[in-house]
Amino acid sequence: EHEVEKMFTLKPGRLPQADVKNIIFFVRPKLELMDIITDNVLREDRGRSPQRDFHILFVPRRSLLCEQWLKEQGVLGSFIHREQYSLDLIPFDGDLLSMESENAFKECYLESDQTSLYHAAKGLMTLQALYGTIPQIFGKGECARHVANMMIRMKREFPGSQNSIFPVFDTLLLLDRNVDLLTPLATQLTYEGLIDEIYGIQNTYVKLPPEKFAPKKQGEGGKDLPTEPKKLQLNSAEELYAEIRDKNFNAVGSVLSKKAKIISAAFEERHHAKTVGEIKQFVSQLPHMQAARSSLANHTSIAELIKDITTSEDFFDNLTVEQEFMSGIDTDKVNNYIEDCIAQKHPLIKILRLVCLQSVCNSGLKQKVLDHYKREILQTYGYEHILTLNNLEKAGLLKPQTSGRNNYPTIRKTLRLWMDDVNEQNPNDISYVYSGYAPLSVRLAQLLARPGWRSIEEVLKMLPGPHFEERQQLPTGLQKKRQHGENRVTLVFFLGGVTYAEIAALRFLSQMEDGGTEYVIATTKLINGTSWIKSLMEKLEPAPF
Amino acid sequence: LKESKRAVNSLRDIVDDDDDDDLERVSWSGEPVGSISWSIKETASSRTSSLEGRDSSLQKGSSSYAAFPKQVSSYSLSSLFKGRNKLPSFQCLSDALSDTGVKNYAPELRRPKAEYKDYSSDWSPKDTVRRMQRGKVCSLERFRSLQDKLVLLDEAVAGHDGNVITAVLIFLKRTLRREILFRELEVRQVALCHLIHFLKETGEQKLLLDLLRFLDRTEEVALSQYREHLNIQDVEKRREFLKGCIGLPFSAEDTSHIQDHYTLLERQIIIEANDRHLETAGQSEIFRKYPRKASILNMPLVTTLFYSCFYHYTEAEGTFSSPTNLKKTFKIPDKQYVLTALAARAKLRAWDDVDALFTTKNWLGYTKKKAPIGFHRVVEILQRNNAPVQVLQEYVRLVEDVETRLNLATKYKCHDVVIETYRDLKDRIQLTAYKCKVERGSAEEEKINSILSN
Repeated sequence: EHEVEKMFTLKPGRLPQADVKNIIFFVRPKLELMDIITDNVLREDRGRSPQRDFHILFVPRRSLLCEQWLKEQGVLGSFIHREQYSLDLIPFDGDLLSMESENAFKECYLESDQTSLYHAAKGLMTLQALYGTIPQIFGKGECARHVANMMIRMKREFPGSQNSIFPVFDTLLLLDRNVDLLTPLATQLTYEGLIDEIYGIQNTYVKLPPEKFAPKKQGEGGKDLPTEPKKLQLNSAEELYAEIRDKNFNAVGSVLSKKAKIISAAFEERHHAKTVGEIKQFVSQLPHMQAARSSLANHTSIAELIKDITTSEDFFDNLTVEQEFMSGIDTDKVNNYIEDCIAQKHPLIKILRLVCLQSVCNSGLKQKVLDHYKREILQTYGYEHILTLNNLEKAGLLKPQTSGRNNYPTIRKTLRLWMDDVNEQNPNDISYVYSGYAPLSVRLAQLLARPGWRSIEEVLKMLPGPHFEERQQLPTGLQKKRQHGENRVTLVFFLGGVTYAEIAALRFLSQMEDGGTEYVIATTKLINGTSWIKSLMEKLEPAPF
Repeated sequence: LKESKRAVNSLRDIVDDDDDDDLERVSWSGEPVGSISWSIKETASSRTSSLEGRDSSLQKGSSSYAAFPKQVSSYSLSSLFKGRNKLPSFQCLSDALSDTGVKNYAPELRRPKAEYKDYSSDWSPKDTVRRMQRGKVCSLERFRSLQDKLVLLDEAVAGHDGNVITAVLIFLKRTLRREILFRELEVRQVALCHLIHFLKETGEQKLLLDLLRFLDRTEEVALSQYREHLNIQDVEKRREFLKGCIGLPFSAEDTSHIQDHYTLLERQIIIEANDRHLETAGQSEIFRKYPRKASILNMPLVTTLFYSCFYHYTEAEGTFSSPTNLKKTFKIPDKQYVLTALAARAKLRAWDDVDALFTTKNWLGYTKKKAPIGFHRVVEILQRNNAPVQVLQEYVRLVEDVETRLNLATKYKCHDVVIETYRDLKDRIQLTAYKCKVERGSAEEEKINSILSN
């Protein structure tokens, strides 16, 4: 309808051929992208005819910094229109929204730049315009407080936004990522979590090594293996995926084999179809069965790929150390496994995740232990990593123990973060997502619903940032009276990132009988430990050769 | 998983359709089915009336718009396989744009000019900020007094909009004396953070450092300055720069690291120059046999140590390139040193050197094997470098934990060690069982038999 002829991915160099009048750059306001656009514009053949006009659309907001940058490169004038497209929250699934702002954590906690919080507030205002004012707002953390303040202020300044929609959400829970620094550092153990940890899920797509996906047709001799990675989309529209994504990986195999039996049986039906009517019915089911078969094939292959990794010695050793730390064992001394990994020059991010995990589980490391790790890391990976280590300290992830007190055991015991008797197949508690560790953030949400935060006042004080409650006036007549047995709906907004394991844990709470609350999740970014730490690392020059 | 896989594969035969995976469905125009361009053309085909009467012309070479058929129904697979219609197609949609009937589909790109320019001259600071938040360009020039400027800044901060705050800061940066700007920002944390971020992003290093110094954020000044070394490609210049960083106000720990960084690069430059000379002269055997794949410049310390243990192992402590010199200068712990030296010597298959690493003479003159790392680690590294069994065996023998020792010995076929261990454990059953693992008539078999018969 809008006569968009083609869509290209932004790349440096000359713009591809296209017989169009207008070229619109649709970008996030990042300086690196401005450099690419500058390159595109400068390489444009001004002699060509017809001439093409340039426009730029910033998502979600225009950025003065970017426009300044373009001005300095001398290309700002080339753009006829400079606009913004206010896409704050992007739906990723029926219960998941993300801003996909990967620097939000760094900006908020390292640079005290709260622009992403402003966008979060705007996104929430949009949600309220669509789904009704949220009557109750709870929060924990500095950023949560800011967002709540902004929401209240925005509501005051735009009184016309009072609408007559029955509120869909009963409660909004705003959580700072730094209230729970532990969870993203641990290796996720749900099916979707592991896919993300190992292969990285980008915008619901994952790229996988192609070998296991090559069809083995009978009678066909050695066909060339595909070299392009296999790209798959992962969301709840795929029935099988919706069923297994949030399960602990150890429970996935049995689901797949059950499905295999069902699908095989369904295909066997073709032998039983005798009448024309029965055959017709079978054939009409065929597309659905084919889709199910293809889905099963894909996930069997993915599960095999993951199993290769989870059964490796290194994965086991790594997980063992993580679980020792999380259950409070030996967090105050230099860990042998970590030292060995440094000596064998394992990837730096893996080392950083482990030492940060130890530090968080110890409320900061003893100075001697910290110095020891720092020295080994700098000597093995290079002195320039002082800059990254400094960032990690600033973020509270890897720091010296200041008060001489370790609060973590109290927090762990009071909130029951470590559950020894975890049941991976038929879980009864959210701790199944990490095979023993219950994500702190989700526990807070769980306890807020029942029995309420008053019961954990002491522990809340040990966690950073204020906790608060706000109420927003609903116009009379819109106050919803919950029917008996009807669930409340809570929107949990993670400021600074959320992991798939936490999402799985919240979904688990949603479908608990007598749970009483259903959860919808929003965040600034979907993260895992690796992408999160990476966003905190200093960008270093590549090696000179 | 195996069950599932079996089911999936067996069903492949029944479901004798084409796997979506390797067939790309393509429409008659050549566009892949489901691609954006394909779907655009599909939707375009629903506008029938105004496009009739155009010339139908087929493949246009350079344009990516091949002619496409006009389908009667959109999005139905069967229609794709009907073949080319007689209905006309057109060369490119830009032609269609000039057709008046289609104009109302063009997106509204024009907006009234008034939306952009702010012609009024008496918006208060508060209202100016409000307008800027809505994306309107506002001239800030009329805020001349310091008072006005500060109110403007405070309003911007209260509005939480990063863009607006940045815009105001750019204005203040330009129109205020530096000392005044710094002084006022010192008591405005949010604005201060914004400015620092802005200066970092745009690379205004000098102003940033001045600001940090003013705020007495000395450690940050130091780190910020140190970061600049990454932008210096020339090694000599980088070395000089790092030397200059040493006096900066780092924390005590960090100071020693910066010092080490400088010292390391200094050494690397000397070693590099020397070794390059040796390489080209062609006289040194080690460099001939194992030509260097890369320069040692800017490599981490441990990598440099490995290099030194590889190419300069026997040198006396006095030279810059000797491993012992590196160990002493950088206070490399024994554990790390032994591991690195081991890796290097094992790679060169210098088993005597490996031996010497672990041999110490005690006060009675007896030699004894010791290691600051577990011997199972030693075995691991030796095995990775394909050490011969005789060498491997020596070290497996030294593994303290019996179970680990047996595992490794069995794994790497160190028969003597297995035999000896079972003998020491007095385990006849296992020893007998092990007989089948050794060659018939070998010395090992003899050994087992002799032990069993005792």
